[in-house]
Amino acid sequence: MSGNPRNDLILDVKKLCMDFGGVRALSDLDLDVRTGEIVALIGPNGAGKTTFFDCVTGIDAPTSGDIFFIPPGKARRRINGLKPNLVTCLGMARTFQNIRLFPAMTALENVMIGRHCRSSAGIPGAIFRGKKTRKEEESIVIHSYRLLERFGLAKYTNELAGSLPYGVQRRIEIARAVATDPCLLLLDEPAAGMNLQETKELVELIRRLRDEDHISILLIEHDMKLVMNLSERIFVVEYGRRIAEGNPREIRVSPLVIRAYLGEDVEDA
Amino acid sequence: MIPLTLMEQAKKPLMTAAIKKAFLTALCFMLLTFPLLVIRVNTTENIIEWRWKSLLYMGMGSFFLSLLWRYLMERREAGGAVTGKQRPSHGPGMEKVLHDPRFTRPALLFVACFALVFPFLFSTYEVNIMISALTYVVLGLGLNIVVGLAGLLDLGYVAFYAVGAYGYALLNYHFGLGFWTVLPIGAVLGATFGILLGFPVLRLRGDYLAIVTLGFGEIVRLILENWNELSFGPSGIANIPRPGFFGMVMDLRSVTIYLYFIVIAMCLFTMLVVSRLRDSRIGRAWIALREDEVACQAMGIDKTKTKLRAFALGATWAGMGGVIFAARTTFINPASFTFMESAMILAIVVMGGMGSIWGVVLAAFILILLPEYLRAFSEYRMLLFGATMVVAMVFRPQGLISKVHRTYEFKGLEKQR
Repeated sequence: MSGNPRNDLILDVKKLCMDFGGVRALSDLDLDVRTGEIVALIGPNGAGKTTFFDCVTGIDAPTSGDIFFIPPGKARRRINGLKPNLVTCLGMARTFQNIRLFPAMTALENVMIGRHCRSSAGIPGAIFRGKKTRKEEESIVIHSYRLLERFGLAKYTNELAGSLPYGVQRRIEIARAVATDPCLLLLDEPAAGMNLQETKELVELIRRLRDEDHISILLIEHDMKLVMNLSERIFVVEYGRRIAEGNPREIRVSPLVIRAYLGEDVEDA
Repeated sequence: MIPLTLMEQAKKPLMTAAIKKAFLTALCFMLLTFPLLVIRVNTTENIIEWRWKSLLYMGMGSFFLSLLWRYLMERREAGGAVTGKQRPSHGPGMEKVLHDPRFTRPALLFVACFALVFPFLFSTYEVNIMISALTYVVLGLGLNIVVGLAGLLDLGYVAFYAVGAYGYALLNYHFGLGFWTVLPIGAVLGATFGILLGFPVLRLRGDYLAIVTLGFGEIVRLILENWNELSFGPSGIANIPRPGFFGMVMDLRSVTIYLYFIVIAMCLFTMLVVSRLRDSRIGRAWIALREDEVACQAMGIDKTKTKLRAFALGATWAGMGGVIFAARTTFINPASFTFMESAMILAIVVMGGMGSIWGVVLAAFILILLPEYLRAFSEYRMLLFGATMVVAMVFRPQGLISKVHRTYEFKGLEKQR
């Protein structure tokens, strides 16, 4: 597909454990994403997928294990317990399962927030509004608007995010994440609540992000058609453990996976 | 299309129902106030007086008030029901008028002219009240950063006000520093205390934050009250000099007018700075923090830095307000910095509309000037004041002037493509 190097790792997670009190949400989870890859993380409800995202992005600090993040052209870095905003600054962005836009801000302002870590105006800049600050502000607005345009959201520019339809909100959330200039994008159930047409557009969009923007993608999704269609590698987790890894063809026939999804008694799916 | 007669028929039972309910309300009120309003024991003659007339007034008054209330509420609900498509004239319609330059320009010009001639037309007493109201505008705008923009409920804001006032009083007492030297020092002191308060409460939000800040406000007040060596205790500090003007000796009237213009300038400065902050990268980060803390961090915003900035920049204005307060009253003691002050400033922010600058200005004038001009009603003063606040919050819960969102136009950009 795209010509970029595809063998170097961008995310390397080793033996990740996460305990909540006495409950082990993740146990010895290994996962890796290579540059330019689209990887899916699937598993039944409550398997620990979102917890995994929270650990990787710094929202929760993992109990043990290592998370290495290797932005292309930069040094390999252990990011366990790093603050979420620093993880984002390093180049990893995410969306949330239950959409977490800023409802009282417009679509454009939401995307502009994504530019925060790529701009630098401080208090004096804001008060005196010098040439540099105005220029930066203008570039934030234009960059954000271009993103909205690319995502087909230009007509919602000045609408409050909280009042927009579900599918649109999902796309704004992705646009906001992309605005942080990530090299790795984590999408938590991007197609949830979308209809067929919207899902199709979403697949296109994710492909474009990978091919045009060279963003590697790790996604959680329950829509198997989308997962099989889009991802190059799939990790399956159940009760916080990794039970399978492989390309879509292998996963589809893996007896362990079928059992995890359909229960013990079913022999054939 | 519903025939007119049908609609009238539908309306009629509504009317009778409303009357019935109002009647019941009146009955309840009459019953409840009966012992208080009707029976009066005359202790000198040992007889009981029955004042039936006051019961009648009470009943009629509450009946009509209840009817009016119901009518207004119904209109409000009818207005809310069509929000989706077109709202009745007030609502965004009024907001649009408020943002229409054809309306705002002459209005602003009028306000500016009035502000300019005000101190020369009115008595020193009234100019003093106006200075007080304008000080509250500054305080309200400062708290607006913390509460309205960053969404951090701060109930101890008056502490920073006290820090500014005592800063001026003590620096003047010990080192003889003047108003103009201390004004920036007061700002820095305020900001420093803002950060001092900010650090321990970084992890808290909502109710917990409110309680801790409330405690902080009380701690500062109690320290001022009890640490006699530092603050001279409850007796306070007197003879604080008024602001000087190149060493000129001025009488009380002219120094009041002078202070009035200082406060006007201060207000304009605050409004400019706060509006610029709000529309900046930092202001957006505050709003994002208010809307969703987790998402805000995940988008690369440093929560710690953003919160501390809000606390520091909010407290800066309180520090400066305190310096002005000390200079105006020439006497301060801890009794001026009770929780009531914090509550008042918070009421200004909430009533004005969270995050709205003009709203805060308007609310500060209403809430500070109203009790002053209601003095004519003597004991009913605070009752009317309370009623005004209740009515304002019921009919405009979003504040007097809710913020209209900034819109961006990209006409030129689209053509380029």
